[in-house]
Amino acid sequence: MTHWSLPSKIGFYVLLLAIAVFALFPFYYAIVSSFKSGAELFTVDLLPSWNFENYFAVFREQPFARNILNSIIVATVVVAISLCLAVTASFALARVNFRGRGLLLLTVLSVSMFPQVAVLSGMFELIRGLGLYNSLGGLMLANLILTLPFTVWVLTTFMRQLPKELEEAAYVDGATPLEIVTKVFLPVLWPALVTTGLLAFIAAWNEFLFALTFTLSNEMRTVPVAIALITGGSQYELPWGNIMAASVIVTVPLIILVLIFQRKIIGGLTAGAVKG
Amino acid sequence: MRRIDRYLGAVFAGATFTVFSAFAVTPSQAATVSISCGAVGQELELCRTGAEAWAKDTGNEVVIVSTPNSSTERLALYQQILSAGGSDIDVYQIDVIWPGILGSHFIDLAPYTDGAQDAHFPAIVENNTIDGELKAMPWFTDAGVLYYRKDLLEKHGMAPPTTWSDMADAGAKIQKAERDEGNDRMYGYVFQGRAYEGLTCNALEWVDSYGGGEIIDANGEITINNPQAIAALDEAGSWMNEIVPEGVLNYAEEEARGVFQSGNAVFMRNWPYAWALANSADSPVKDKVGVVALPKGGADGKSTGTLGGWQLAVAKYSDNQDAAADLVRYLTSEKEQKRRAIEASYNPTIKALYEDEEVLAANPFFGSLYDTFVNAVARPSRPTGDKYNRVSSAFWNASHAVLSGKQSATDALADLENQLKSVKRRGW
Amino acid sequence: MAQGDVASTGVKRPPVPAGQAGAGRPPKAAATRRSGGSELTRAKIRSAVLFLLPMMIVLALVAGWPLGRTIYFAFTNATLNDINNYEFIGFDNFYNSEWGGLLKDPQWWNAVWNTIWFATISVTLETVLGLIVALALNMRFPGRGIVRAAVLIPWAIPTIVSAQMWGWMLHDQFGVINAMLLGIGIISQPIAWTANPDTAMLAVVMVDVWKTTPFMALLILAGLQMLPSDCYESARVDGIAPWKVFFRVTLPLVYPAIAVAVIFRALDALRIFDLIYVLTSNSADTMSMSVYARQQLVDFQDVGYGSAASTALFLIIALLTVVYIIAGKVDLSGEKS
Repeated sequence: MTHWSLPSKIGFYVLLLAIAVFALFPFYYAIVSSFKSGAELFTVDLLPSWNFENYFAVFREQPFARNILNSIIVATVVVAISLCLAVTASFALARVNFRGRGLLLLTVLSVSMFPQVAVLSGMFELIRGLGLYNSLGGLMLANLILTLPFTVWVLTTFMRQLPKELEEAAYVDGATPLEIVTKVFLPVLWPALVTTGLLAFIAAWNEFLFALTFTLSNEMRTVPVAIALITGGSQYELPWGNIMAASVIVTVPLIILVLIFQRKIIGGLTAGAVKG
Repeated sequence: MRRIDRYLGAVFAGATFTVFSAFAVTPSQAATVSISCGAVGQELELCRTGAEAWAKDTGNEVVIVSTPNSSTERLALYQQILSAGGSDIDVYQIDVIWPGILGSHFIDLAPYTDGAQDAHFPAIVENNTIDGELKAMPWFTDAGVLYYRKDLLEKHGMAPPTTWSDMADAGAKIQKAERDEGNDRMYGYVFQGRAYEGLTCNALEWVDSYGGGEIIDANGEITINNPQAIAALDEAGSWMNEIVPEGVLNYAEEEARGVFQSGNAVFMRNWPYAWALANSADSPVKDKVGVVALPKGGADGKSTGTLGGWQLAVAKYSDNQDAAADLVRYLTSEKEQKRRAIEASYNPTIKALYEDEEVLAANPFFGSLYDTFVNAVARPSRPTGDKYNRVSSAFWNASHAVLSGKQSATDALADLENQLKSVKRRGW
Repeated sequence: MAQGDVASTGVKRPPVPAGQAGAGRPPKAAATRRSGGSELTRAKIRSAVLFLLPMMIVLALVAGWPLGRTIYFAFTNATLNDINNYEFIGFDNFYNSEWGGLLKDPQWWNAVWNTIWFATISVTLETVLGLIVALALNMRFPGRGIVRAAVLIPWAIPTIVSAQMWGWMLHDQFGVINAMLLGIGIISQPIAWTANPDTAMLAVVMVDVWKTTPFMALLILAGLQMLPSDCYESARVDGIAPWKVFFRVTLPLVYPAIAVAVIFRALDALRIFDLIYVLTSNSADTMSMSVYARQQLVDFQDVGYGSAASTALFLIIALLTVVYIIAGKVDLSGEKS
């Protein structure tokens, strides 16, 4: 954008500012609310008051660090399994000609067409049957139903966009399909892999219904459930400040994650690697 | 809250991974009872101290399982575990409307209680008795009450209203006067109008106060389509956008309390829990709040409140039914209910405690509202059994349609009657 | 509805994933385009089957049983109270003369229209906004990383929390949205966003757009990142107007990525549950198909009827997806690559 005129530069930055404000204001307001307690919550303020009591309370009142760790473990494993399975499957779906590809893709997709609550009972039986109730393993298993179709589809789409010449040279050199996937495609697919992984990670991280139903003890619960179980002194009271504090705390690791993978998303593709 | 590990730590230091695997070391005659009681800070704390006292007395162990705060979610979680025949939870804390829904999963407690249930409010005991079996013991009760701003009523020279129309007049008058004085956010009345179980509680109070019955009578006959019920809903509809903000159509308990507690409402219908919060140190309306029974439906109507509250039940699938039933007996006993009433204003279900001086000293309005708690109107969960939620949902949708002005009460209740008939065709 | 059949065969026989039979046969259709390539093609097919197997096995295990159960229960009168005691009642859950059934329930159709209306509006808005955001983030400018992280935040906050947060912000009496609008003077009276039947759905759409635009943006951005940059160079050297480049070069090239993003967004939007449930509870004005199905399954404990609603929801979504795939010329079989 070095060659842009001044008005278009200004326009561009105004657009960026609008995007940032729209995205960030609710989060900012959550931060402001996280410093409030009691009756303050029923007033509107736009500036924070720096009272960290809610933040301490979050860790004091439940094993919140443990819940964050659980979420990280579950989401990481789910993403790793999904990507491993999806990379090879999508290579087959995108680069090999066989009958019924479209049908297979539709079948994979159809898994995502049932409401989560409809899967709940059957999944509960499955998890109890496998002896995974109230364990992180059960949550990992359940979350695959959410992430796997998505990763397969997205990676298949991106694999298809890569030019044919990419693998043909390798085949001529006598490389096996597995070598082609790992040595030829993976380096080029980074942006897609990281993006897909990140979106799947957040989906698994934020999953609520399975995590609530398949765990029973606090030590096994994940962050969204822990937040939903933060409560006030009585049946109807919403401890708004604590909930907001917890939400701010759990959003931070995700922001760090995005910042770490930034470079991968941006720098994954150099024009030199692929000639369209 | 939910520091399972903290209290476990006393017994098994470092039992981290799962609370269920650590019991190999307990002596064989001692049972481990897991109880799901309460989801919320103070309530959970009370339950924990109570259960631990029992454990110490009897040499057993207790495990506290925390559950979601929202009772709908809690019900869903219970159902998953119970329909799978899971023994993960031995003692369940259940809502007053659930005995009919979950009853088939619970044991008959009568053999264990030694007749203790006779000291409790008969209406609740009856509510918890399904097919002659005592499915749950009453633990604490709840009923809708009317909160009002003492200072505003005094300022305008009014007494607390005894009928709905008095309340509406007072609300309108004070709302106008206060707005003229500069508080343009002032409203006459707030309640729970969101399309959920809370609206059923509110609307049932209006209908019952007019003598319009309880939607479905004890024999399972649909009674809701009657002139009194229509009059009651029409009156409630007439408050909308006059003394009640439109937003009330999406208010649950906390939103209503927010408006009232920030000083923007004259009257509020809520559960007793709001009393302590409205009088907390940082509350703008501290010491300006009074509580009375809900207004009557006209001069010859009655004061009423919808029965709420929680019970304790023991699952059929429990491996320690005897110990679990004993824990229920202990927690619902007079001694324990008294402690809970004094420490945290939980309404006892035992008549005698409403005459107990210590309890009354801690909760002055227990005395004046005794009749409300005793005569609270039960939602028709007994005659409708596991269809209760369908009935309730149809009823709150009809009430919501009247409040939002989509339908007149006459049409809404006629439609409701037809809906209920088709539900009934599949059997209550 | 061939697709429904595929799905059910795929779930009824968990160990043998659907489509595998077709994949395992010698590929007559994949006629080799070059002589001497047949050996290579056969090797390719063999490895393709091996590559697909793990994914299909895992999917059959995780999805097969639960989905099979749901379809199975749709034809029974099972209830949660006594799940092991039920009878087959054929299509009664869908249609019967006695108490109506799903297809005769006006509430269900109301939920269907609500859902379709919501999905159409929100996915359209999210696609357009996501494209704009992606194009902006694809530029090189200082602080790009920070802005990119910032844009993702709405999607990173658990829905259950952000829905409550918005509920609080949209509150008619002490919500910050009304406070700001009143402050600027756009409105004179506080609006009851989530309570008023006319604005409740708009409020849900707004929160959904806020929440999931980042998802769209990020997927489209990945598509943009994968584009070869030399066509841009030549376009710039030739001095073609930027908007022409966008419509003639960028959009067609990035279209497959957009199509996939739209499909998954639409699937999620058609199944929307938690946002609506937290913001407006079970109100009929905003009830979606998932909210309806959950109410039947969980609140009313009617496993049979609720499963029927879930199955109907699945069929409706499948139909809409197939229509979109045909109308949007989405390349399923990869013939064009």
